[in-house]
Amino acid sequence: MTALLEVENVRIRFRSKNRIQALMDRDQDPYIEAVCGVSFTLEPGETLAMVGESGAGKTTLARSIIGLATLRQGSIRFLGNELSNLSDAAFAQFRRNIAMMFQDPVGCLSPRRTVRSLILEPFKIHRIGDKNWTAETKRLLEMVGLSDSFSGRYPHQLSGGQARRVGVARALALSPKLIIADEPTAGLDVSVQGEILNLLVKLQADLGVSFLIITHNLSVVRHISDRMAIMYLGRFVEQGITDDIFYHPRHPYTHALLSANPNPDPDDPKEQVELKGEIPSLMNRPRGCEFHPRCPCVQDRCRSEAPPLETVAPGHLVTCHYPIKRNGRP
Amino acid sequence: MGKDRNSVLDIRNLSIEFATTRGRLKALRDVTLSVPPEKIVGLVGESGCGKSTVIFSIIHLLAENAVVTGGEIEFEGRDILKMSPNELRAIRGDRISMVFQDPMTSLNPVLSIDTQMTDIQYRANIDMEEKRNRAVEMLARVGIPDPRQRLANYPHHFSGGMRQRISIAMALLANPALLLADEPTTALDATLEAQIIHRLRQLQDMVHCSILFVSHHLGLIAELCDNVVVMYAGEVVEEGDVRDIFHRAAHPYTQALLECDPARIKEKTRHLPTIPGDIPDLVNLPAGCIFSNRCPQVFSKCRTTAPQRFEVEPGHFARCHLVTEGDVP
Amino acid sequence: MSEAVNRKMRTERSALYNLLSRLYHNPLGFFGLILVVIVVGSAIFADWIVPYDPIAINIRERLQGPSAKHLMGTDQLGRDVFSRIVMGSRIALKVALVSITLALSCGLVLGLIAGYGPPWLDKIIILIFDTIRSFPTIMFALAIVTLVGPSLETVILVVVITTIPVYGRIVRAQTQAIKNNEFILAERAMGANIIRILSLHMLPNIIGPLLIIASMDLPGVVTIEAGLSFLGVGVRPPTPSWGSVLNDGYSFIRNTPWLIVSGGIPLIITTLGFTFLGEALRDILDPKLRKDI
Repeated sequence: MTALLEVENVRIRFRSKNRIQALMDRDQDPYIEAVCGVSFTLEPGETLAMVGESGAGKTTLARSIIGLATLRQGSIRFLGNELSNLSDAAFAQFRRNIAMMFQDPVGCLSPRRTVRSLILEPFKIHRIGDKNWTAETKRLLEMVGLSDSFSGRYPHQLSGGQARRVGVARALALSPKLIIADEPTAGLDVSVQGEILNLLVKLQADLGVSFLIITHNLSVVRHISDRMAIMYLGRFVEQGITDDIFYHPRHPYTHALLSANPNPDPDDPKEQVELKGEIPSLMNRPRGCEFHPRCPCVQDRCRSEAPPLETVAPGHLVTCHYPIKRNGRP
Repeated sequence: MGKDRNSVLDIRNLSIEFATTRGRLKALRDVTLSVPPEKIVGLVGESGCGKSTVIFSIIHLLAENAVVTGGEIEFEGRDILKMSPNELRAIRGDRISMVFQDPMTSLNPVLSIDTQMTDIQYRANIDMEEKRNRAVEMLARVGIPDPRQRLANYPHHFSGGMRQRISIAMALLANPALLLADEPTTALDATLEAQIIHRLRQLQDMVHCSILFVSHHLGLIAELCDNVVVMYAGEVVEEGDVRDIFHRAAHPYTQALLECDPARIKEKTRHLPTIPGDIPDLVNLPAGCIFSNRCPQVFSKCRTTAPQRFEVEPGHFARCHLVTEGDVP
Repeated sequence: MSEAVNRKMRTERSALYNLLSRLYHNPLGFFGLILVVIVVGSAIFADWIVPYDPIAINIRERLQGPSAKHLMGTDQLGRDVFSRIVMGSRIALKVALVSITLALSCGLVLGLIAGYGPPWLDKIIILIFDTIRSFPTIMFALAIVTLVGPSLETVILVVVITTIPVYGRIVRAQTQAIKNNEFILAERAMGANIIRILSLHMLPNIIGPLLIIASMDLPGVVTIEAGLSFLGVGVRPPTPSWGSVLNDGYSFIRNTPWLIVSGGIPLIITTLGFTFLGEALRDILDPKLRKDI
């Protein structure tokens, strides 16, 4: 069975200097590598979570899948069709099948349009004609648990949670096969973030849609994703089945990230792993293994040699010279 | 906890309203909490609970349309609400310091760190060289590498995490009795958050100040704080020792909040718990308990009478009819 | 304060009613509104208000001061100044409205293209804008008048050409500020084409502040027209324009000061009125400046 989405060796870079500056600083690289050689697949009906901190490149990668960023190298295939670097016109047909939800729940909704017009926007863009628009609006709102009375409201009249649901309704309009959700719980209180996550889970069960979830909220990842990938400075340092990774993280960065989200229990004996230093700037990438300046288990080899991609268990890949064996130590 | 005369900060029955076009918004109602000396008190709550209003009222930097309708804020024996602007200026930055949420905008972008850190010591009767030394020492304590060389740098030369450390260093330079921290790590990455929190704990041991730490992140509160105050929609619904709150939560909101935290849920589940409903309109307050419309254990009295603050066990208070009726869950 | 509390349960009053009631509470703005109503009213109802024919000459009654018969006196040809002023409001508003509308439309289109389009096009448009702006208005006007001849249309042409860059730059700045906002990104992600994005999503979010800025420019344009007519390169006599009244007043200032005063009064009223109103509207409509939450 063809995978729904196949991402192979994707590289994306941005200019950090314009052409004239680049000419003047001949020896310095005028590009920032935002995504460096990322590969993964997504099956129908599956949820993959991409986890990482700032500068990891997860949003850039997501945008390239929806055609908002050009690839330097690599390929993105959706149901076997090559998506990378298509023209806007050629990409249009795929936009019916891939929808995206953005980070800012209210900010991603056009401020002067009503909820109804926002939800029906995908239909108008793709010039889908004769439908009963009122019925369609009602159906979509119901799917996300909002009453029909919301259809006349404006984005600034919605709470964060309600705005998120409108975003989901809009994403569902054309019955896509893949929804990319960028930080679906950002800005939501703990007591309500469950609402949106439960909704996504339900939609997957009912409609069989696949999700690609971008988040830095690890505790959420565990409950709603089948597989996860951890990104650092534009690369996947670890990817695999969520339960496997939570139970036994292999990469020191994954280990540190997992421990950074402490159990709200003052007597929890789990030690928080503290990493040295900060995330390096993308313009000053460390040599060898890019994580080595911060790694608690760094060895000489890590400083000079970039680690290879290793399969430590079926479906579980790590990029590390000394993956963790047990108890946080290699 | 409680009305300890030796508290650094004692807020009693504080009520604040905001004048809006729709009417008076009752942002804080009868808020009582105290910060003991050399302790870290966590103020936890979700959006709309009023925790930022509490912080800004302590340092008396409220918006123009804010009206204090009752209560007092006693700091080192004097009521902040009754102080003159000069008296307030005397204690701000000296006895009470603050660290803000957004490290990118809380430092002056056109002044060097040197200038900012020596400026803030203007009250100290020491010469410039000595001020500089103290600044360097404090920067080292918060973990800025090569502090003496970096004094000449400007804020934009530092990353977000570094800027937050510098803000903390500046806040502690004057040796304050109370440090107010308004979600200081919310804007930072998770791994950075861990560093800053550890640092804060170490610094507090060294400087011997009290910290009022505002956050919505339960895990951080559990790790860092000695006492916890839980707020909901403008009221303090529960307060106590950190173990009281996390192990023996008495108020249904606290219990529900803890249940909702996905980090606490041991078993993987596809259905996360939530608290259904929304906070009520604070302009037209409903009768009875403020949490009654969302409370899983609501009964008839909750909708008519507002509960009073009740001591569940020594030092542990909750505002709920369930505890006053004698049925502590 | 919590956004959630604020956004829900907004009482459903019409936006206009809200606006007017806010204006009522802003004394300066309300005063401005009254002045604007006076000016616009006299332009619309000029035919009914004027007691005399503005171009009717009556040499016997020349250069009289204000009286019961002639509210603002008469000019050097015995024409009733009040009638000329009232009729002049038509010219003033016509010039202002036509020029500003044309300048707005062109500025809007060019600004949107410059802000949203490719960088090379942006640079070309900005170059054109800056070139135009580097010419002083009066000098520019004189040049155009020499080419085309003085008339109302000339004044409009000059005003339009010199104002397009101003609006264009504002629109460009707003466009650049919004174009990376998430809702625009969301539209692109859904496959919206550039026309749709610019017209349905950019434009409505830019037009508000722009209209207010334009309304505050109105008195400026009126003043330009007055200035050009004063210099004699604007409307030709006997067309009554405020500028030509001022021109006459200047020539005959030794005989009577009332011509200059009468010519100046409508300019003051228009400027104050539109400026106060515009500022009040801007304060009201800009959520950041509100004192409530």
